[in-house]
Amino acid sequence: MSIKGKAYIAGIYEHPTRLAKDISLAQIHAQTAKGALEDAGLTKDDVDGYFCAGDAPGLGPMSMVEYMGLKPRHVDSTDTGGSSYVLHVGHAAEAIAMGKCKVALITLAGRPRAEGMATGTVPRSRGGTPTPDEPFEFPYGPTVVNMYAMCAARHMYEFGTTSEQLAWIKVAASHHAQHNPHALLRDVVTVEDVVKSPMISDPLHRLDCCVITDGGGAIVVVAPEIARSLKRPKVKLIGAAEAMKTQMGGKVDLTYSGARSTGPASFAEAGIKPADIKYVSIYDSFTITVLMQLEDLGFAEKGKGGRLVADGNLIAGQGKLPFNTDGGGLCSNHPGNRGGLTKVLEAVRQLRGEAHPAVQVKNCDLALAHGTGGSLGLRHGSSTVILERE
Amino acid sequence: MAQSKDRKLPAPTVSAETEAYWNAAAQGKLLVRKCTACGELHHYPRTICPFCFSDRTEWIEASGKGTIYSFSVMRRAPVPYAMAYVTLAEGPRMVTNIVDCDLDKLACEQPVKVVFKPTEDGPPLPMFTPA
Ligand SMILES: [Zn+2]
Repeated sequence: MSIKGKAYIAGIYEHPTRLAKDISLAQIHAQTAKGALEDAGLTKDDVDGYFCAGDAPGLGPMSMVEYMGLKPRHVDSTDTGGSSYVLHVGHAAEAIAMGKCKVALITLAGRPRAEGMATGTVPRSRGGTPTPDEPFEFPYGPTVVNMYAMCAARHMYEFGTTSEQLAWIKVAASHHAQHNPHALLRDVVTVEDVVKSPMISDPLHRLDCCVITDGGGAIVVVAPEIARSLKRPKVKLIGAAEAMKTQMGGKVDLTYSGARSTGPASFAEAGIKPADIKYVSIYDSFTITVLMQLEDLGFAEKGKGGRLVADGNLIAGQGKLPFNTDGGGLCSNHPGNRGGLTKVLEAVRQLRGEAHPAVQVKNCDLALAHGTGGSLGLRHGSSTVILERE
Repeated sequence: MAQSKDRKLPAPTVSAETEAYWNAAAQGKLLVRKCTACGELHHYPRTICPFCFSDRTEWIEASGKGTIYSFSVMRRAPVPYAMAYVTLAEGPRMVTNIVDCDLDKLACEQPVKVVFKPTEDGPPLPMFTPA
């Protein structure tokens, strides 16, 4: 049993805001849902499956189902941080393949800027029942950025990866973001700009980090017969996989991510290889996140990601592996500190031929989107989807 | 030269499962959990072994020696500090800080030894300093 060809992405929407001072969290969820359903040519009453993660207000999906007036017969609020929504696409396809729903709606929203959240440099505060790991981690001051930085430091130590190679990832994202009117950062930056930006947590500089934005997005996944009845280009799901990567009881290895298993699993399901992929959306909380995931997904040998990303190789129109052509989380948008959903959106735009003309990949028939949620250096969830233009 | 400075440390949350670990820390001892069924050591400590799922686990005292597996100096903090994973001589890797050191002179695989730093109102935290 496989999800290959069992579901299509029919509707997408990315909220244009990057600062949601006067909009509520629930409102952003609903606005993105409305946008994605209109994009698909469907209505709210067509929705019979609803998917959301921990960013949704209330207990699991309940408050949002009520707020939007949905009547789902299938719900899933699996939360694997920023990778949740990539995973939801796979779960939606499973539910559709099993006949549990036909029109699955996935929404994301967040307002960290409006709420004045210190996202990356302060340990996430305690609350509720402590997790078993918490006493052995929290008092030491783990933050988002220093835990990712430790992955970068070890990668540099083992493989000779350089700050300049990591910087190329930001440079590529900035080349793409200049064409996105909604991007938070639209200035093209150079390798020198990145490595000379202030050090946040060695070896990661300010420009190695993603943006902090409010906003959200939504995806509509439908059964094949629904896709055939709609007027939008057909984007078919042909592979999906998920994994958890942990410290493994003290045997932690910081040089790889959960993509090491989701890559091969999703490629096997799709029946294609990395070289067949024309465009990749790669989770980009930090430059090191991109480099490690590209290696783990099979686009470069372990340790050789630095060479893959250098010299503009990720820039659309110049490089061999165009990535995050909307500017990604590094320059455009990282709504609610959860960047997985927007990864799927740009992959769908590329496959539809609806990316900005300056960054549209020619004959883009196969694309991959990948998310990492949680902390690359502590424990994280990984999810991959492979999509095909039919 | 950027000599590390002591900073305020929040107390760890102590549970019945890990009370012995923190009591030992208060006496300057670092404990590791060992499984007598499969022989593996693990960290953070659990009563059920994460490798073979046996409940035959016990405390052993670690030597306090190790090496830095990876580290990052958090510059954007009121008091900059070195976050690290240390590989204990006994095997397991643990999340910790490197303290009483020059923050600009740390390196992966550098030898370190355990020290205990007081927390605000709880047991001290095992940290490491260059050996
Ligand atoms: Zn065991």
